Amino acid sequence: MESTARDFNDNVDHALADPNLQDSLAKLKVGFSERRRQAAERLPEFEVLRDRARDIKNHALANLDFYLEEFERKVLALGGHVHWAPTAADARRIIGELCQSMGARTVAKSKSMVAEEIALNEHLEELGIAPIETDLGEYIIQLRREPPSHIIAPAVHLTKDQVADTFLEHHAKLGFTKRLTERNDLVAEARHVLRQKFLDADVGLTGANFLVAETGSSMLVTNEGNADLSNTLPRMHIVLASIEKVIPTLEDAAVLLRVLARSATGQESSAYTTLNTGPKRPGDLDGPEHYHVVILDNGRSAVLGTEMQEILRCIRCGACMNHCPVYGAIGGHAYGWVYPGPLGAVLTPQLIGVEEAGNLPNASTFCGRCESVCPVRIPLPKLMRHWREREFERHLTPTAVRQGLALWSFVARRPALYRRLTGLTNRVLALFGRAEGRYRALPLAGGWTRFRDLPAPPAGGTFHAQWKKRRP
Amino acid sequence: MSETSTTARAQILNGIRRSLRRGEITGEQRQAVEARLARPPLGPAVARARLAQPEKVALFCQWAETNNATVARVAAPDVAAEVVSFLARNNLPARAAMAPSPLLAGYDWDSQKMLSLRQGRGEANDQVSVTGAFAGIAETGTLVMASGPDHPVTLNLLPDTHIVVIRESDIVSGYEEVWTRLRERYGKNRMPRTVNTITGPSRTGDIEQAMELGAHGPRRMHIVVVRE
Repeated sequence: MESTARDFNDNVDHALADPNLQDSLAKLKVGFSERRRQAAERLPEFEVLRDRARDIKNHALANLDFYLEEFERKVLALGGHVHWAPTAADARRIIGELCQSMGARTVAKSKSMVAEEIALNEHLEELGIAPIETDLGEYIIQLRREPPSHIIAPAVHLTKDQVADTFLEHHAKLGFTKRLTERNDLVAEARHVLRQKFLDADVGLTGANFLVAETGSSMLVTNEGNADLSNTLPRMHIVLASIEKVIPTLEDAAVLLRVLARSATGQESSAYTTLNTGPKRPGDLDGPEHYHVVILDNGRSAVLGTEMQEILRCIRCGACMNHCPVYGAIGGHAYGWVYPGPLGAVLTPQLIGVEEAGNLPNASTFCGRCESVCPVRIPLPKLMRHWREREFERHLTPTAVRQGLALWSFVARRPALYRRLTGLTNRVLALFGRAEGRYRALPLAGGWTRFRDLPAPPAGGTFHAQWKKRRP
Repeated sequence: MSETSTTARAQILNGIRRSLRRGEITGEQRQAVEARLARPPLGPAVARARLAQPEKVALFCQWAETNNATVARVAAPDVAAEVVSFLARNNLPARAAMAPSPLLAGYDWDSQKMLSLRQGRGEANDQVSVTGAFAGIAETGTLVMASGPDHPVTLNLLPDTHIVVIRESDIVSGYEEVWTRLRERYGKNRMPRTVNTITGPSRTGDIEQAMELGAHGPRRMHIVVVRE
């Protein structure tokens, strides 16, 4: 997918001014995040499970080559095929060739962020093959030619009314000429339209939440059942997964599943959790004759052994974005690429370059909510700070910011000077109107006071001064 | 494997090893990971499902209902009558596609003259399916379906209404016991093509984060728990 991460600041301005988006985002506070809190409270073992989930992913990453080879061995033994794709272009080519080998005209796709990452749909369309998104959210945004704005709820930026308009526009030619107003009617109409497309598809393509090395199984979690229709009805099933999805055993999967659904939507369990292992067996009455797994690297192996390695633990639950005040204000599209929110702020610069996406790690107040809810305890603020350091080191930061930071660090390293300057500033600010307790406008602070008042410093001098006085 | 794919494979695996500053795993470290694979360590136990069998069955039923399934608990001779009664209660036709499973065949279907059963895989126009289940998970009210000649996957997905018949003795605490049973039944390295674990009817939260039932799979799930 084409990145607009470079235009982050413009994207943010648009997002803040979009009333439909702001309506949709307001629901995040009472939707997924509130339900996650309740689910976590219902399970006394939740915190211990998070620790174990972190340890399992760390173990898998430390032995990643071993587990990938083991996974491959098991897939081959049961009649499946494994393809290795170092780059996005390799994965596109492999999948395109597999579809062509089946003479495919349509591909039923279950939501896959890795497929978004490699821009698979565009490639298939160039080959004359129609990709059909079957996850309801992905289907809606495919009709609207929009990218996903959330990794588990790709159409979370849209209101029900916008979905109704989209369906009316695209389904009228199929005989659905009534504009719907209820959510369940919208779901029913999409179900009806997509059912025939499942039956007609030549290839089913799914992602994977986990690849289980022990059994050679791909594991996928959905609520709709669309992934299961995609992996059962067509003659070929292709699994597209990135290298860090591999885990050792089914017991490890049990731990990760317990934190995944609860962190994502606050469900005790998603409706469908499916293990797929190879093609149709002798005697089976349904299932694909051909089973292929495409394993994508696309820059991930280079993250191992670096200070950014911990991001590879991510199990893509979306909790970090559900709880992020910045995501909650601007939504997913502003981040400009596949992965939004704190996850995207760390992963996007890694995958498409800090030159392109250097702004994203700056879009954080470091409030720490993302880290506090991450099921595998990724220290997201720390990783964002690493990117800020790298951005600064590579001279990618705007000159005014660099000079400001240089000035601040010059002063901060000279305590006497720092105390004198802050004391002076404090007294000057007090002159401007401490009585009111806040400023509506201040020189050099227009960026802040345009939207909100700036609090005045309290009486009694600077923090340092007060600390000195009050310290026991 | 073609030459390009061999190169691609080596490129990825060697890239991983280079980043981890080591070669291929050998010696003691290899023995350790192989041992972990052979004897997987269990995760933290979930206390709420550590129960005696009768309470476990009750917990399963409770969670299944919380997750929008309906549950009936009957004795084996009454299974067929319960299926017919459920269909009548919900104004559904007395017609179903049934999994060709010997276990299901053991129930007294002949007693229900009005019920028309077709054995085989699920088809697009099926309104109702009847299947068994490999296991039930008490912790979350989840059903486990293992695919095979006696259980086509399409029966779990295509019909509007899915009726599942499960014996009390097949209800276990958590996933871990399901994995043990799968290994015992199929052998450690021979998983069935598909293991579906299903918790209630199909649903979606994709419009305004509100859960709506009946996305692509069954809109309705009825579980018949067979007393033993």
